[in-house]
Amino acid sequence: MSVALGEVVVHGSGIHKFFGQNHVLRGVDLDVRQHETVVIIGRSGSGKTTLLRCLNFLEEPSLGSVTIGDINVDADPLRTRSRQHREKIRQLRMRAGMVFQEFNLFPHMTVLQNCIEAPVHVRGVPRAAAIETAERFLNKVHLSEKRDEYPARLSGGQKQRAAIARALCMEPQVLLFDEPTSALDPELIGEVVVVMEELAHEGSTMIVVSHEMQFAREAADRVVYVEEGLILEEGTPEQILDDPQRDETRQFLRRLLLR
Amino acid sequence: MIPRGTQHAALLPEPASVVEQIRLARSRASLRFRLTFVAAWVVLVGGFVYLLVSGGKFDVGFVSTWWRFILGGAGITILVAIVSIVLAVVFAVLGALGRLSKHATVYAVATLYVSIVRGTPLIVQVIFVYLALPQIIPEAAKVPAIELGIFALAFNYGAYMTEIFRAGIQAVPGGQREAAEALGMREGQVMRRVVLPQAIRIVIPAIGNEFISMLKDSALVSLITVQELLWRANTVGSENFKTLETLSIAAAVYWLLTIIFSLFQDRLERRLAAGDR
Repeated sequence: MSVALGEVVVHGSGIHKFFGQNHVLRGVDLDVRQHETVVIIGRSGSGKTTLLRCLNFLEEPSLGSVTIGDINVDADPLRTRSRQHREKIRQLRMRAGMVFQEFNLFPHMTVLQNCIEAPVHVRGVPRAAAIETAERFLNKVHLSEKRDEYPARLSGGQKQRAAIARALCMEPQVLLFDEPTSALDPELIGEVVVVMEELAHEGSTMIVVSHEMQFAREAADRVVYVEEGLILEEGTPEQILDDPQRDETRQFLRRLLLR
Repeated sequence: MIPRGTQHAALLPEPASVVEQIRLARSRASLRFRLTFVAAWVVLVGGFVYLLVSGGKFDVGFVSTWWRFILGGAGITILVAIVSIVLAVVFAVLGALGRLSKHATVYAVATLYVSIVRGTPLIVQVIFVYLALPQIIPEAAKVPAIELGIFALAFNYGAYMTEIFRAGIQAVPGGQREAAEALGMREGQVMRRVVLPQAIRIVIPAIGNEFISMLKDSALVSLITVQELLWRANTVGSENFKTLETLSIAAAVYWLLTIIFSLFQDRLERRLAAGDR
């Protein structure tokens, strides 16, 4: 950790999520401070990805509320079609950049077009300024030379770095990473992790769902262990990874190491 | 005893020359196949034309006077088909968005459109627009027949293509929509800027098929006095009792057009497959 933490940027409180009868999140509170990197770990099906997706309302929480910066949205699953509610969600999303497991780059646009699409058409940034910003962030993810390529011509690692640049171009207050290296061939994981570590060390606010324990150790200010839709334990990487207090955490880590 | 490697090298030809021989044999076989194919077509079609002409019932002189006039209708046929398919795409996009809408009324309207159009014959729709529509909307009487015909064809094909576009939109991976939403795009932007451009690429081969059908179905507008290929063939033929000649020409031209556009479509599809996706 190289940058002192600021005030709370992301405030999730009392988040519940039901998928039908299935109670996936059971009242999660999560505060993330400016410049903080939080790594969420837990076995598959624990609800960690759902938690992340609830933070920008890609999943509408069944209960609870999320604040990012100056925008607060209360869960309102029954009124999801109300215009006001949707507009607030949109404002929330503009403040949170998301990086997906499967990259989800727009295949009909070049890397640069992917990066300027939302700044120009959502935030209304002038095209020239958006291109300048995009070039800066493409440089940051070491992808400047690929700006005019279509995603199909990139390797998985390059795609994910382009996706990170795309998220950065909206200059969000927090970056949400949903298992960003899980779809990558092992030899390509490193280049993505390096970029993420650089971002973390430069003081980006990040929430990362990941199985990359090395990344957690290197870059996390805090590690959160989620099981059965609850935060069971959280602390510094050393506390959680080396000296977990809960049996569940210990078991999970042991299984991860045995793989 | 001779080491294994040496033994093989002595018995077998160079690997490179084997590969070359296989390649040559394959390309020869493929060339033979294509030549035989073309020869068979020439013999069959030529034989048929010869029988027709040598039978004495087919007036070659009449054909040589009138073929230019009839062929001129092919331009109108192509024009009608192209304008209709473009307009049909517009109807189809709107129809597909309606069929995917969560808004009950919008969904109902789109579904009604598809149901009525698919539930009635195209020929009825074409004649209806020309004869019946002006009785409800008097202005329609002033609209040229060709425009009414194009409207009828587009309206009909739009309904069938609604399902094509719906499937195309649904075939765009959900992650694309999510990524766009996560960037803060509005619903309309997500559709216009991310989903539809990808859906259109997915449905282009299908649109090609529809266009080739449209070329043939456009013959129906001859019924409402549009002077396209079939109308010309039919009119010239009936007035001179030479329908065998004129309809044969029309049929041959339709056939040629579909072959030409199919080849064109093949190339387009191959380019899309190899493109920047």
